[in-house]
Amino acid sequence: MSWVVLLAAAVAVLGAIGVVRSRIPVHSVLALVLNLLALAALFIALNAEFMGLVQIIVYAGAVMVLFLFVVSLLGPRREAIERELSLLPGQEPLGVAMGVLFFIALLVAVVRQAFPAPQAVHGGFGTVRAFGAALFYEHVLVLQLAALLLMVAVVGVVVLIARRDQGR
Amino acid sequence: MPGMAVEGYVVLSALLFVIGLIGVLVRRSPLVMLMSIEVMWGAASLLFLTFARMWAAMDGHVFTFMIVAVGAAEAAVGLALIVLIFRSRHKADVDDVRALRG
Repeated sequence: MSWVVLLAAAVAVLGAIGVVRSRIPVHSVLALVLNLLALAALFIALNAEFMGLVQIIVYAGAVMVLFLFVVSLLGPRREAIERELSLLPGQEPLGVAMGVLFFIALLVAVVRQAFPAPQAVHGGFGTVRAFGAALFYEHVLVLQLAALLLMVAVVGVVVLIARRDQGR
Repeated sequence: MPGMAVEGYVVLSALLFVIGLIGVLVRRSPLVMLMSIEVMWGAASLLFLTFARMWAAMDGHVFTFMIVAVGAAEAAVGLALIVLIFRSRHKADVDDVRALRG
C-alpha cells in the first residue's frame, strides 16, 4: 500500500463529504474540486495518465468554473440557496439510513466476489497514444456519440434560455 | 495492483457513490444535488478505470471518456435549468422544477 494512494483516497472521501455537508454553495464547489483532484491522482496511480489529466482539465477546470459562474450569478440571493426549504419530515435520517444500507449491500457484494489478480500492463498503457488508438481504431462510434451529445446539450441550453426570454 | 488491492478501489468507489447518493436524498438545493451527482459520476469512472487496469484493457478508458462527456453535458443542461428556476421564483427548491412546465 502506497501512502500517496491512501492519502488521495482519504482526501476524495473528505471532499465528497464536504460537498454534501456544507451549507454554503461555494464551499460545496471547492470541496468538489478537492474530490476531483484526488480522484485524478488515483487515476494516475491506476496507469490512466491521460484520463487523470482529462479529469483535471475538463472536470476540475471547465465544469467547476461553470458551477462557480452559476453560484456567483445567484450570489446576492445566497441565503435563498442556503436555506433548506421545505425539508420533508424525517428526510435526513431516512436518507442517511438508506445510503448506509445500500453501502452495506455493496460491501457484501464485494466481499463475496473473488477478483482475479491484475494482469501485467505493457509500457504504453493509458498514455495518449494508447487511448487515441483505442478511441479511433476500435470505438469510433463512441467518439461520434460524444460529439452528438455535446452538440445536443449546447443547442438544448440555448433553446431553454432563449424561449424564456421571448416569453417576457 | 498499484497502491492497494482491487477490493480497496472497489470499496472506495462504493463509498463515494453512496455519499453522493445521500447528498441527492438529503439536500433540497438543486445546485448541491447536481454536485452530488458529479460525485457519483466520479465514483463510476474510478470503478471503470480500476477494472481497465485489472484486465489491462483500454476499453474502460474509452468509457470513462464517455462519462466525462455526459457529465459535462449534464452539468450544462442542469445549470441552465437552475438559472431558469431562479429567474422565475427567486429561490431554488427541487419542488420548483415543476414551475417550468409548459
